[in-house]
Amino acid sequence: MSGPLLAIRDLRVDFATEKGTVRALFGVSLSIDPGETVGLVGESGCGKSVTALSILRLLPSPPAIVRGGEILLRGENLLDLPEKRMCEVRGKAVSMIFQEPMTSLNPVLTVGEQVAEVFTAHRECGRREAAARAVSWLGKVRMPDPERRAREYPHQMSGGMRQRAMIATALALEPSLLIADEPTTALDVTIQAQIMALLQEMRERERMAVLLITHDLGVVHDFADRTAIMYLGRIVEIAPTKGLFSDPIHPYTQGLLASLPGKGTGTARLSSIPGAVPDLSSVPPGCPFADRCPYRQAALDRFRGGADSRDSLGICDREDPPLFEYAPGHFAACHYQRAMRGGGAS
Amino acid sequence: MTGSGGIWRDFARRLLRNRLAAAGGLVILFFFLVAAFPALFTSRNPDRIDVSVILQPPSAAHPLGTDDLGRDVLARVVYGARVSMKVGFVAVGIATAIGLVIGLLSGFYGGRVDAVLMRFVDIMLCFPTFFLILSVIAFLSPSIVNIMAVIGLTGWMGVARLVRAETLSLKERDFVAAARAQGAGTARIVFRHILPNALAPVLVSATLGVAGAILTESALSFLGIGVQPPTPSWGNILTIGKNYIEFAWWLSLFPGLAILFTVLGYNLLGEGIRDAADPRLSGR
Amino acid sequence: MSGGIRRPDAGGTLLALSNVYKAFPARKSFFSAEVVSVRAVDGVSIDVPRGKTLGLVGESGCGKTTLGRIAIRLLAPDAGTIRFEGLDITHLSGEALRLTRRRMQIIFQDPYSSLNPRMRVRDIVGEGWHVHGIARGKELRERAERLLVRVGLTAEAGGKYAHEFSGGQRQRIGIARAIALSPKLVVADEPVSALDVSVQAQILNLLKDLQEEYGMAYLFVSHDLRVIRHMSDQVAVMYLGKIMEHGPSAELFREPLHPYTRSLLSAVPMLGNAPQERIVLSGEIPSPTAPPPGCRFHTRCFMAQPVCAEVCPLLREAAPGRFASCHFVG
Repeated sequence: MSGPLLAIRDLRVDFATEKGTVRALFGVSLSIDPGETVGLVGESGCGKSVTALSILRLLPSPPAIVRGGEILLRGENLLDLPEKRMCEVRGKAVSMIFQEPMTSLNPVLTVGEQVAEVFTAHRECGRREAAARAVSWLGKVRMPDPERRAREYPHQMSGGMRQRAMIATALALEPSLLIADEPTTALDVTIQAQIMALLQEMRERERMAVLLITHDLGVVHDFADRTAIMYLGRIVEIAPTKGLFSDPIHPYTQGLLASLPGKGTGTARLSSIPGAVPDLSSVPPGCPFADRCPYRQAALDRFRGGADSRDSLGICDREDPPLFEYAPGHFAACHYQRAMRGGGAS
Repeated sequence: MTGSGGIWRDFARRLLRNRLAAAGGLVILFFFLVAAFPALFTSRNPDRIDVSVILQPPSAAHPLGTDDLGRDVLARVVYGARVSMKVGFVAVGIATAIGLVIGLLSGFYGGRVDAVLMRFVDIMLCFPTFFLILSVIAFLSPSIVNIMAVIGLTGWMGVARLVRAETLSLKERDFVAAARAQGAGTARIVFRHILPNALAPVLVSATLGVAGAILTESALSFLGIGVQPPTPSWGNILTIGKNYIEFAWWLSLFPGLAILFTVLGYNLLGEGIRDAADPRLSGR
Repeated sequence: MSGGIRRPDAGGTLLALSNVYKAFPARKSFFSAEVVSVRAVDGVSIDVPRGKTLGLVGESGCGKTTLGRIAIRLLAPDAGTIRFEGLDITHLSGEALRLTRRRMQIIFQDPYSSLNPRMRVRDIVGEGWHVHGIARGKELRERAERLLVRVGLTAEAGGKYAHEFSGGQRQRIGIARAIALSPKLVVADEPVSALDVSVQAQILNLLKDLQEEYGMAYLFVSHDLRVIRHMSDQVAVMYLGKIMEHGPSAELFREPLHPYTRSLLSAVPMLGNAPQERIVLSGEIPSPTAPPPGCRFHTRCFMAQPVCAEVCPLLREAAPGRFASCHFVG
């Protein structure tokens, strides 16, 4: 192995809005190894989709401005590539599937034509061969009766079949990285299971890396090797999936896991995170989670009694905590946990 | 978070930021003042005939000149504003009221009521409006009241269709279902929940409609079957003007400009309201 | 009261739907004039016990939302009867229906389209009081403010408009509106599916607290088995307009009887089962315009036999208190 397939380093993205500049990503770093599946989890507005779209440079700009950082694909910075080269990267090296397959497929082209277009657009082969390859790919994604379905239009298909067609277009050029943005959110439970099973099978067969973006912790639990939790434009915790679920460190991760319903039937109240995700346009200084954090007061008390109490007073409200490694590959960004568990090491 | 009344405040803010719409609004405001307080803008009587100053070009005494009977053109244009504004507002008021009622009935009740009312709209739309107005006015006497009524009675179909479409979509919204679940009766649902949410597009169409009504009145008066002399109207000043257009340009130019600016003002304002009412267009 | 027939309260049952049918006409495709009928609810009987929660779970197009609206007479059924507090309300209309509606309310899924954007929050919450002449003016304002505080908002919220609030806060306003008239039954139609996970838990907790405080029964409609499991005392599983399984929540989740329930439970990530043991159903959900003959589920069922394509199984009691409609259960 020669390093990661994709390495995002300190990515900063702003949005210029009516009410002024809003920071969407506050220095996101994330790497994906070849063949690895990384889950990116967070609530709406946390920046997970912005991260995904910036990898493919698909963020609509005017509003979006990349302020800094780099996105290295096999060592090559995608942010510096001319648009023409970027077009080759899209689809061929990195491809993407979206939440709503109805709006991401063109309603006036047949499904077969849309899969075939991938080949002709990248000048892989002629029209006739492209059409044949399209049918074979529809078969590979378990589209029932691919010959006939290839001649149908998206509206004639169910949500599950459309998502299969999307996956066929995304995988047709055998990319080394697939970005799946909420691939099953719009689907029914039983269809979700089908699509996730298909993605798992394709990932193993093609030895493809997957960046799985979702709000559903259950989905990453079952499919991701590593999981990153995002909150307000930052990664607040990233760890091997098992470690994240067995020993969550960041209070936000803990809160998310605790607030999942359905672990037992019951009369029990769910533990919930107080308050709501703040508006990105009014993020307070310091730790982004501070105003909803159960540890903030404890951190205040603890640090107040410390030796250099004046310096550490209200550190949660003052300083954005950096990521700190607690176990191999398990990083979290929390002042309190660092003081409690991490000792003073680097 | 904004304070209470947020929706209208946002709306006003977006509207005022649109410079063209604000300019249109100012022009209309100006003509409103002219119509409401004509004495502030001219001290002369628009109907006073003075044969000693027939067809005088603009001068200090008569800033916009005089007409073929020696009447002051400024005074006539100023008092003519009154006619235009009145016709515009009353006609559009009639059209909007009819359109609202028909559109609400049609959209809310649907089914046979909808089918009958919408076929009636289709039939009304088959008549070339202007000729319909011409023939009706030919039967009745050409008075200001009749003109307003006829323009209003022939101009409501667009509003009706607009309101019907809005009502159809609004009545399926959850807040209407919620109101029904609360035990709200039909009247409350229509007037409290559907109508206020359907008003924004109606306001746009009404504003643009005023411009249309003013144009129609001017055209009718120009043709001599509108507002009858001696009552001044921009249209009938133009009628006189056309007879002398080769040597008394002021008689045509000033009422023409008045019509142009008013209509332009309403159109700009109307489009501004449309953009401001649609938050998707904001910030562009 | 109108011509409804009173009958003794059957074992604490608040709402009883029996043999309810509802079909909608639908155009076959956008350009075709052919009208087909969508059988949204196809012979359903369920009971909602007083003060308890009946969870109604199913995938899209199974008819659960339609059933919820029929339950509180926002829609009229084509056939079948609805009894509320022992009174037949199937054919109530006019004033009698308006009065009955005071005791049955609904919370909607979409916190954006369910609040009138042109009304102040206090008027939204107090609409029922106004309509029924319970409180108006200053009194309405004060009561609305108290209620808003109860659902976790501030009293100042009353003077604002819905668009000034976040999704979770709007859902709280919708809940306040639903409980304002102290209803006996609240239909909660996917009340948390539009919300973020951390906010979801707050709303679910609020709903549970309010149930305890006011003793309401919920008909809780959701596609999310985890939420259903958390909220419900009884659960009914719907598929293509029919009830597949019905029973006490704890038992149904511990040991599902119907093959559809079993595959549903196994399809949910992280409900305790390893992904390897997952039953992945083949095929798509058939269209409700042309439901398969026989058992609705046989086209996707891993247990299907020839009889399933021909005979529609009835909902039978397979174990005490547990009902399933499958030829091979019980």
